[in-house]
Amino acid sequence: MSRSSRTLADRQAKPLTRLLLGLLTWIIVLIFFFPVLWMALTGLKTEPDADTSTPHFIFKPTFAEYASVWKGAGGLNGLPPYLEHSVLITVLSTLIVLILALPAAYALSIRPVPKWRDVLFFFISTKMLPVVGSIIPLYVIARTLHVLDHQRLLVVLYAAMNLPIAVWMLRSFLLEVPSAIIEAARVDGAGLIRQMRSVILPIISPGLAATALICFIFAWNEFFLAVNLTTVNGATIPIYLVGFVQPEGPFLAHLSAAATVACLPVLLAGWAAQDKLVSGLSFGAVK
Amino acid sequence: MRTRWEDSSLVNVIESAPPVRQVRAKRAGRPGAGPWIRRVPLVPALVFMFVVTQFPFLLTLWYSFQRYNLNFPTNPRDFPTLWNYRQIFGDHIFRTAALNTVLLTAAPVICSVAFGIGIALLLNRYVFGRGFLRTLIISPFLVMPTAAALVWKFTILDTTFGILNFFLRPFGLGSENWIGQHSQITIIAFLTWQWTPFMVLLALAGLQSQGQDQLEAARVDGAGSWRIFRSLTMPQLRPYIELGVLLGSIYIVQAFDGIYIITAGGPSTDTTNLPYYIYETAFQAYDIGRASAMAVVVVIATILIATVALRVVSSLFSSEGMEGR
Repeated sequence: MSRSSRTLADRQAKPLTRLLLGLLTWIIVLIFFFPVLWMALTGLKTEPDADTSTPHFIFKPTFAEYASVWKGAGGLNGLPPYLEHSVLITVLSTLIVLILALPAAYALSIRPVPKWRDVLFFFISTKMLPVVGSIIPLYVIARTLHVLDHQRLLVVLYAAMNLPIAVWMLRSFLLEVPSAIIEAARVDGAGLIRQMRSVILPIISPGLAATALICFIFAWNEFFLAVNLTTVNGATIPIYLVGFVQPEGPFLAHLSAAATVACLPVLLAGWAAQDKLVSGLSFGAVK
Repeated sequence: MRTRWEDSSLVNVIESAPPVRQVRAKRAGRPGAGPWIRRVPLVPALVFMFVVTQFPFLLTLWYSFQRYNLNFPTNPRDFPTLWNYRQIFGDHIFRTAALNTVLLTAAPVICSVAFGIGIALLLNRYVFGRGFLRTLIISPFLVMPTAAALVWKFTILDTTFGILNFFLRPFGLGSENWIGQHSQITIIAFLTWQWTPFMVLLALAGLQSQGQDQLEAARVDGAGSWRIFRSLTMPQLRPYIELGVLLGSIYIVQAFDGIYIITAGGPSTDTTNLPYYIYETAFQAYDIGRASAMAVVVVIATILIATVALRVVSSLFSSEGMEGR
C-alpha cells in the first residue's frame, strides 16, 4: 500500500470519472462496513431508542448498556466469567502454537529436513479436513475422559486448529532471515539456542507477532467447537452471545453492546496487523 | 496429491517467495549433519497434529461402521456394519443437505470473489482516504461471526425492527420477512459479506504485485482499459483468485455459525447444510454412528472438490489463452 499509485491510467482519466469512481468506492465500502457501525451505534443507545421500527439516527449516546453487559441484567449473565475463559483459552492456545510451531518452522526452512515439502503439505492438509470430520470422536473422548466443558480441552483444540497456519507463516518469515548472518553466528561459535535467541528471533519478531495475532483472531472467534464441547465452565464469549437468543427475542441495545465488546479486541488486532493479515490467511503464500 | 499441488500455479505463488532456494538445496545436501537430529524439532508439532486431528478422524471412520447411539449405550453395535451408510443414502434430508451445501458454498464463493475483485480494482486506484477504506473493508471478516450473525438477525433483517426493511420502505418492500421467506438468500448474503474482505485482500495483493512499467507500456502502445484488464491484470490475478476460490471453498463448506444463529437450518430444511445436519444428528439425536458416516462422506467430498476445483479453475483460465503470465 505504501507505493504511491497515481498511475498513468489515473492521470489520464477525466476528473469527473475519477470523482465518480471515488464516490462509488466510498459507497460500496460503507455498505460493507454498515453492519459493524450499526452494531456499535445500537450499543450506545438506550433500549427504548433501539427497539423501534423506524430507527433513531439521532440519539443521546450512553454507556448504560455496556455497564449492564458487564454487571449482567434482567436474568442475563454478565460478561466477565466468559471474558476470562476466552482470554485464558486464547492466550494459552496461542502460546502452545508458537512453542510447537517455531522449532517445526525452523526444521522446514533454515535447516530443512529431507522431504520438507511433504511435511508442509501434511500440515496444510489437516486444515482442509472439515472440523465435522473429527468433532464426534472428540466429543466422545472428552466425555469419557471427563474433560467436556473444561477450558483445557479448547486450549488443546484451538492450538491444533492454528498450528498449521503458524508453521506456514513462521516458515515464510524464517526464509527471509539472511543465511549469511546465521553462518556468521555459527562460525563465531554460537550454539543453536544462542543463534535462535540472539540472531533469528530479533529478526523475525514482527513476523512472530503477526502469527500470534492471527492465531488469537481465529481462537477468539471460534464457535463450532465451543458450542459442542462446552456449556458453562469452559464457555467462551461466542457462547455467551448465543445465550441472548430467546423466544421473545433479545433486547437490541443490550445485544449490540455485548457484541461490540466481543468484537473489539479482534477488530483492533486485525486493524493493527492488516498488512500481515493476508499473509496469515493464505498460510504465508501471499506476502 | 503432491504432483497436483506442484503443477498448480498456487504452488508457484508459494514457491516464488523464498529467495534462498540455492542455499537451502546446498544445505540439505550437506553430509554428516545428522539428518535425524534435524527432524527432532518437528516431532512435537507432528505428533500433536496427528493425535488431535488425524486420530479422531480415524475414529470417525471406525464409528461410521457401528450402530452407536449415545441414547442407547447398551445396544449391540453390530461392528462392522454398513447400516449407517445405507441409512444416509436413503435419507432425503441428507440429499437436501448435500445440495444445500453445494449452493451455500458455491454462491458465496462466486459472489465474494466477484465483489472482491471489483472492490480491489476500485481501491487500487487513487482514492481519497484509501488506507482508511481498506481498514473499514476488512472489518466484516474480523468481527466475531457469532456476533455478526446475531446483529444481522435481530437489528438488520428482522421484519419489524430490522433496518433493511426501513431502507427498503421507500421502494415498497418494507415488510419483507427475510429470514423466514428468503432464508437461502439471507445466508448467501451473510457469507458473501463475511468473505468479501478476504477476497479483497488477496486481489489487492495480486494487483500490487503487478509491474507498473508493463501497464504504462501497454497504455502507451494504445491498449484500452478493458484490453489491459483482460490481457495483463487478469493473468496476473489468476493465482490469487485460485487461492481465494480454494481457501474460500474449504472454509465456507464448513459454514455453521451463521446458519445455527440466523436460520437454525430452516425453515424446514432449506438452509440445512451438511455440517449443520451432522450437528443435529450427533448432538441432538446422539446418533454417533450415522453422524460419523455423514462426516466421512463430507471429508471425502472435500478432498475431491478441493482437487477438482483447483484443476477446473486452472483449465478454465488457460483455455482462454491467459496462461502466459
